[in-house]
Amino acid sequence: MRRARTWLPGLLLVAPSIVAIGVFVYGMLGWNFRLAMTDKHDEVSEGKFVGLDNFVSIWDQPRWHISVNHAIMFTVVFVLGALVLGWFLAFLMEKGIRGEGTFRAIYLFPMAVSFVATGIVWRWLMNSGMEERAVGLNRLFDAIGLPQWQWFRDPDWGMAAMALPAIWQMSGYVMALFLAGFRGVPEELREAARVDGCGEWGVYRHVVLPLLRPVTLSALIILGHISLKVFDLIVAVSGKQIITDVPAVFMWVAVFDSHDPAKGATIASYIVLSVAVFVIPYLVWSVRKERRS
Amino acid sequence: MMRRRWTATVAITLASVLTLAACGGGGGKGAQPSSGGGDAKKQVEVFSWWTGPGEADGLKAMRQIFEQKNPSYTFFDAAVAGGSGDKAKALLQSKLQADTPPDTFQGHAGAELQGYIKAGDLEDLNFLYDELKLREVFPAQLVDQISVQGKVYSVPVNIHRSNVLWFNPSVLKEAGIAGAPKTLEEFVADLGKVKAKGKIPLSIGSEWTVTHLLESVLLGSLGTDAYNALFKPGADWSSPQVTKALETFKTIMSYAGDPQDDWQPAAKQVADGEAAFNIMGDWAYGYFHNPPDGGLGKTSKKDFDWAPSPGTEGTYLWLSDSFTLPKGAKNRDGAVAWLKVAASKEGQDAFNPKKGSIPARKDADQSLYTDYLADALKDWSSDKLAGSIQHGVSVNQPWLAAITEAVGLFIGSKDVAALQKALADAAKANAQ
Repeated sequence: MRRARTWLPGLLLVAPSIVAIGVFVYGMLGWNFRLAMTDKHDEVSEGKFVGLDNFVSIWDQPRWHISVNHAIMFTVVFVLGALVLGWFLAFLMEKGIRGEGTFRAIYLFPMAVSFVATGIVWRWLMNSGMEERAVGLNRLFDAIGLPQWQWFRDPDWGMAAMALPAIWQMSGYVMALFLAGFRGVPEELREAARVDGCGEWGVYRHVVLPLLRPVTLSALIILGHISLKVFDLIVAVSGKQIITDVPAVFMWVAVFDSHDPAKGATIASYIVLSVAVFVIPYLVWSVRKERRS
Repeated sequence: MMRRRWTATVAITLASVLTLAACGGGGGKGAQPSSGGGDAKKQVEVFSWWTGPGEADGLKAMRQIFEQKNPSYTFFDAAVAGGSGDKAKALLQSKLQADTPPDTFQGHAGAELQGYIKAGDLEDLNFLYDELKLREVFPAQLVDQISVQGKVYSVPVNIHRSNVLWFNPSVLKEAGIAGAPKTLEEFVADLGKVKAKGKIPLSIGSEWTVTHLLESVLLGSLGTDAYNALFKPGADWSSPQVTKALETFKTIMSYAGDPQDDWQPAAKQVADGEAAFNIMGDWAYGYFHNPPDGGLGKTSKKDFDWAPSPGTEGTYLWLSDSFTLPKGAKNRDGAVAWLKVAASKEGQDAFNPKKGSIPARKDADQSLYTDYLADALKDWSSDKLAGSIQHGVSVNQPWLAAITEAVGLFIGSKDVAALQKALADAAKANAQ
């Protein structure tokens, strides 16, 4: 009885969220995986169990290859871009410039905007009209003598352009993460390095950067899972066109246009699995770290 | 101390459980208009995607007639914004799956409704067609093309035309083109002449506008009967005639300008004299002609002009918005009353001049339709009919999704053989 008093209140407190998450997250995930393993290719059929057939056959569809390639290109450009830009901004701030608070707020503001709003603005900025028809960035580039570009309509590198609004939106957040990381490096360590004859660059190279590894990893995970699930930004910029297709948009088309629930569920499963590739190692790593400390 | 902690725990737990319960209940209730008490008027929930200028005014005009004729019902406007109804259809899908359909919903007449019919969501309307003698007032070919095994499932309110070639007369004159091209061969030659002058020969919008272009090219190249046969069971999409049509399509696409965000900016290029031609449905007329609030305020025949798209003169490639009678809706009588207004001469003549379309009925008051619409009305009564692909007449939703995907891939690859194979596969998988 005494022992129950110690653990029962805690359990009661978290019970509602355990139930909610159990039903609405894990229950739905399981339901989705089960649906993906049936042949329910329209809303009315019963759906017999077909194992992993859908997971294999989707690789025969040219559109799936395109959307996977797009997702990879978007992820690489977005994650690297946001990490580098965020790190650079934090590096500048860390030098203790005047009005740091103001700058920090300015860089963080884009995060308060939804991807849809960002997308609508950038759709105009990245308009592919050239020369006398140019608007947005192409107009600006024309005025200052830079080459114009088709942006997200470029057949090969369009998805790299699509990553620009995402970088614009998320690099401030990465900056905040890194800035906290920089501030977490004890001054004594830096001084010790300087006493040992390290130059300012050497201090960063050998002391600060290694200590930033956990922050970098967190940023990588957060950006990576946003990037693999990206949907709203793409739809706001270009709608459901093949030229900017990604798995999440393909899933939407499969469910609501093709009326093929099994195909939609298969794509959804692949999205979850690809995010899991990022998240699970991170969870394992952080649990181990907590045990150690 | 201990006791206070317990009380707090119980309170928080209860609060979270209640919040959860509230979320669960609220979702269902919030989405439904309340049907009201005993003495309140009964609501009729009309679900559409008419929220833009023109179309919303048309809906309002029909609503006034409905409320005048049916004082015991109130009209509940459940319109969801978004062109061509993408978002509306997604919401409708979830309402139907949850068995809480609206009393009546908008859908393109024809094969687009097949999915709902197959799922048993719709009641057939033969009784209404018999009661109102609608088979006599709608063109026979129209009723034929929207019937599924002898049953009709919707009431067409308006007719739009898909195969319209819009052009800028002064750009044509500058390029030495006497008039609108009559055949696809002439069209390709004219596109070349415009290109030589440095203007955009053919403006296009996002990917769906290219599918829209494809249906006009298929009709122009194959002819009306062969086009209509493409959607019958066992149709042959891999014939050399289709190959020839798709090759022409590829040639025409090679003259297309940079894709614009949607159909409006593409149409605007023609109005502004940047581009010579654009193939778009006749909703573009309102955009060209209406005053700057919602339109471009251009003068017809001078700033812009129109003709049937090349090779399709004498054929009306049509599409139509229609209303349905879902099974299991709360107010069936109210929905039937709405359908009667939507089918009536009075209702259609109130709606269509505002929407910029023509009535499906043959007995419309001709004086209400001027300029482009007068031409359209004349053609509608005399032309052969062919059903649009992009706008849901000839193909059901999964089939259209497959065609859209094939065209999207073609824009990147320019591979006619792959396009034809994908179209043939789509027909095989979906024709019925």
